[in-house]
Amino acid sequence: MKPARFDYVRAESLAEAHDVLAAEGGEVSVLAGGQSLLPLLSTRLARPRVVLDIMRIRGLDVISHESQAIRIGATVRQAKLAAWPDLAGGQPLLAAALPFIGHAQTRTRGTVCGSIAHADPSAEIPLVMLALEGAILLSSARGQRRVCAAEFFTGLMSTAREEDELIEAAIVPRRQPGHGYAFREFARRHGDFAIVACAAIADERGARLAIGGVADRPVAFDGLPLDEAALDEALDRIAGALDARDDLHASADYRRHLVRRLGRATIAEARQCRA
Amino acid sequence: MPRLSADARHRVAFVLNGRAVEGQAEPRMLLTDFLRHVLGMTGTHVGCEHGVCGACTVEIDGVPARACLMLAVQADGAILRTVEGLAPEPGRLSLLQQAFRRHHALQCGFCTPGILMSLDNYLRDNPDPREDDVRIFLTGHLCRCTGYVPIVAAALDAAARLREMKETQT
Ligand SMILES: Cc1cc2nc3c(=O)[nH]c(=O)nc-3n(C[C@@H](O)[C@H](O)[C@H](O)COP(=O)(O)OP(=O)(O)OC[C@H]3O[C@@H](n4cnc5c(N)ncnc54)[C@H](O)[C@@H]3O)c2cc1C
Ligand code: FES
Ligand code: FES
Repeated sequence: MKPARFDYVRAESLAEAHDVLAAEGGEVSVLAGGQSLLPLLSTRLARPRVVLDIMRIRGLDVISHESQAIRIGATVRQAKLAAWPDLAGGQPLLAAALPFIGHAQTRTRGTVCGSIAHADPSAEIPLVMLALEGAILLSSARGQRRVCAAEFFTGLMSTAREEDELIEAAIVPRRQPGHGYAFREFARRHGDFAIVACAAIADERGARLAIGGVADRPVAFDGLPLDEAALDEALDRIAGALDARDDLHASADYRRHLVRRLGRATIAEARQCRA
Repeated sequence: MPRLSADARHRVAFVLNGRAVEGQAEPRMLLTDFLRHVLGMTGTHVGCEHGVCGACTVEIDGVPARACLMLAVQADGAILRTVEGLAPEPGRLSLLQQAFRRHHALQCGFCTPGILMSLDNYLRDNPDPREDDVRIFLTGHLCRCTGYVPIVAAALDAAARLREMKETQT
């Protein structure tokens, strides 16, 4: 199908984008890499009155170091971040997850912040943001605010972003000494959306495990034991309590099974990376 | 800041296969339709129109990307290459195209323009790829005819011949 009619606005500065969002918020779709928005437009699941292209705003295409964190600007494409030389040293979990986002041919255009805004429950970047307790920097004509990932993702493709706000950057905590990081996912074909994805962070006392693809948003669990028997028990409890869905791709039971198997393997890998 | 109204058609100009081109498009027109219907460049194919099949893959500012996931107006000022730009001259195929022919890497040919544009770009950055990496790269394309085996063989063969050519040149 073809998109319905809309006005196309190309913002050249953040202030211009803020003005359009302030004036027409609910009617506007922000256009970043277009890898999720264009399918929505073409199938007419989205019918905005205005499409606001932010990709030519100066100064947003920047990856920079903040104290203890990496800041990824709104127009940084996934391929650019993957090629950033400081990535593996700066945050290995993000480096491990990036190759799983779609295909090389979609990562050339898809942005990091667009994936966060889209908030697909199977998406890798929201999962990593939650696992690392990262933050989302939102801005509007009213000012700026930071929202932590746990509060940002509020449900199936829903977020705490207000209609007049733009995601200006993603703030990803840097690797911490003594911590191990691992990412794994299961999909039928490399590049497909994950049926289940896991991100784990381990230190000498225990592990944090974030799980995507199962509930309506990524979910995280702290303080998992490293002792194998106790870990299996904890994963059983987590898998049982998750609000898993049946769909075209997998049954809820199969997803729970994957949570146990993949969860255990991911935590084991995170422990090894620490050593 | 430019605002292009929904009801009008707007000038879109870019460089296509080394030549300046332009045409008129409504904001909602996809780049695929602009290439095919406005410019008459029908080498770029349209399969799914939502980014999944890869038939529409072209090179945009030096990287492979889906033409169906871009508005024509977004391409204003860009540098594009499509399958029409691969052959060095009429009647002569590029090395990669020759390898496709030798290995029977196409049957109906529907997926071929997108795969050629992807691989052409990939082999430039990865002159000596492993078979596994070629296969992962090709997950961005669907082919319903060949079963992929001949496509992978053609890609590896083209890579080897491109390396040889470079060596004899230096
Ligand atoms: C074939 C295919 C396979 C894919 N597989 C995966 C996968 O396995 N995993 C995965 O995670 N994704 C996958 N994707 C989607 C991924 O490629 C997108 O890049 C990502 O979901 C959205 O990023 P984008 O920059 O393309 O955003 P767009 O498509 O431009 O926008 C997506 C949404 O976010 C909003 N938005 C974007 N940027 C901002 C901003 N700065 N502020 C506020 N709102 C904003 C838009 O209005 C829109 O609603 C796939 C896509 C395709 C086509
Ligand atoms: S037509 Fe563009 S990916 Fe299928
Ligand atoms: S040759 Fe027919 S789809 Fe690939």
